Amino acid sequence: MDDQPAIRIADARKLYGSGEAAVRALDGVSLDILNGEFFTLLGPSGCGKTTLLRLIAGFETPTEGRIHIAGADVSDDPPNRRPVNTVFQSYALFPHMSVRRNIAFGLEMLGRQRGEIAETVERMIALVQLSDMAERTPTQLSGGQQQRVALARALAPKPKVLLLDEPLSALDLKLRKEMQLELKRLQHETGITFVFVTHDQEEALTMSDRIGVMRGGRLLQVGSPREIYNHPADRFVADFIGETNFLSARVEAEAVVLQNGARVPLASTRTPGSMVTLAVRPEQVQLRPDGPIAATVRQVVYSGTDTHCYAALSDGTQIVARLQNPPSGEVGLQAGEAIRIGFAEDAVQMLDD
Amino acid sequence: MARRRFSVTRFPGFAPIALTAFVLLYAPIIIIVIYSFNASDSVALWGGFSLKWYVAAWGNEAVQDATLRSLVIASVAACVSTIVATMAAIATTRRSRFRGQTFIYVMINQPLMVPEIVTAVALLIFFAAIRVATGYQGLGYLILAHSAFCIPFAYLPIRARLEGMDLSLETAAADLYATPWMTFRRITLPLLAPGIAAGAMLAFVISLDTVVITEFIKSAGQDTLPTYMLGQLRRAITPEVNAIATALLALTVLLLTAFFLLTRRRG
Repeated sequence: MDDQPAIRIADARKLYGSGEAAVRALDGVSLDILNGEFFTLLGPSGCGKTTLLRLIAGFETPTEGRIHIAGADVSDDPPNRRPVNTVFQSYALFPHMSVRRNIAFGLEMLGRQRGEIAETVERMIALVQLSDMAERTPTQLSGGQQQRVALARALAPKPKVLLLDEPLSALDLKLRKEMQLELKRLQHETGITFVFVTHDQEEALTMSDRIGVMRGGRLLQVGSPREIYNHPADRFVADFIGETNFLSARVEAEAVVLQNGARVPLASTRTPGSMVTLAVRPEQVQLRPDGPIAATVRQVVYSGTDTHCYAALSDGTQIVARLQNPPSGEVGLQAGEAIRIGFAEDAVQMLDD
Repeated sequence: MARRRFSVTRFPGFAPIALTAFVLLYAPIIIIVIYSFNASDSVALWGGFSLKWYVAAWGNEAVQDATLRSLVIASVAACVSTIVATMAAIATTRRSRFRGQTFIYVMINQPLMVPEIVTAVALLIFFAAIRVATGYQGLGYLILAHSAFCIPFAYLPIRARLEGMDLSLETAAADLYATPWMTFRRITLPLLAPGIAAGAMLAFVISLDTVVITEFIKSAGQDTLPTYMLGQLRRAITPEVNAIATALLALTVLLLTAFFLLTRRRG
């Protein structure tokens, strides 16, 4: 029966200031976030992802557009009347309350029974593995522990949607990896819809069911990590998500011609003569004797699991190939060596210029 | 951090200048404290140690009367000004910056900028008009004047405390279903309490020590402790005034120490 999206955003706009000087933090975003999904808003700082999150939470009101949560229009409701909870970037734990009191706060405000509150709080403390810390105050906890308290506090009232505003950005790399797994586990165990904001593309790819890539207040592409990575909608998405080689080319029948004249066989529905950009991931670049593109090796960089081979085409265009290392660890390439490059037809994304 | 910090203590003559300043600041106060224990009737000659002036002041009905009045006015003024200052501080800090914010700060701090004598004369004329119109002669005028005068003193520590408090705490409370009132009661107020206490204490001390405004607007028989002392000095100077001054000093130092301890603790 739950075929309502958890969140529906209809043409949301948010302007700061007015007239000519107005900043368009959100410039017409429409989006459905499904029930039980781990949805990530990904983009560079200032792209509007946090504004969108604050709009859902009710900390900001949209200049235009509507916001529905679980089928109900909440656009005019204050934050305390919306069935969502937030994990803040700064955690925003109440410094004058113990861990237990922090976690109980939302339930108390909802007017739940004493017994129910106590039971839920204990369950939450166990869920985030803080049983020994329950009576401490936030200042007596490490960053990672504070993070867990913030999560437990936001999950305790069983919100329809949990909003997470770059919650892992303050943690060091190792802890961040742990918390990524932890978040996935919590989402799985609670079944709550997660909306996660980050600027870290790797984090987005590993954690999300779907990703929305944002830039300049607009949603550029929405899709699964695989779709976003393998079929980026445009050059920005391709460039932002992982490393990508970009090659300018002109479309011909059954082939494209690169700027240095190399002819690459590639079927396309585009009009012959139109200009396109080819996007190829470094790990999809193949070094093979029958490759259609001639290049010269400039630099070979060993990085443990892979070797990066930086090469240049005859017109100076740079191209990177990521080669998996054989057991010997030696890929047998030298700077200055002439090589030939090719790629599988389905490894190439053709983007309009 | 190889660069040595600039330090004024290295300037030539720093020590003698600092020492002179301290002597000028504290020597008169130390003398008044010492002479309050003087057994002699003269304010200038030392006649041995005695507590007789304290006993005399304690038993003096005029002193008792003025002390009680001072405490009543200071208590009420501290309460009123702290409540107003708390509301003003919340209104000016618990939101994003807005146009005219600096202007509002200046408006609230008016008593700090306008010379006290100007305020005193203005209040004298203003209250005289009310006196004529209503016939009311009570303590209300003094309480009202002190309350208004104390607002910026209460406002400053409260605002400082609020500015050190992350606004995301209130946002988080609202996110966790707290109404604006509950957010204030459960989050803002408990965290702000030390600032409010400090503000109230400062307001109390300021009210207790104010002379000029009181002197201008008090009716006959409405002496506070400072105006009583002023009146005494105009007649024959007795060491009793030294004893009262020392007692007032002790109370002020006590309250200011408490204020300092309250504002120092953060978190």
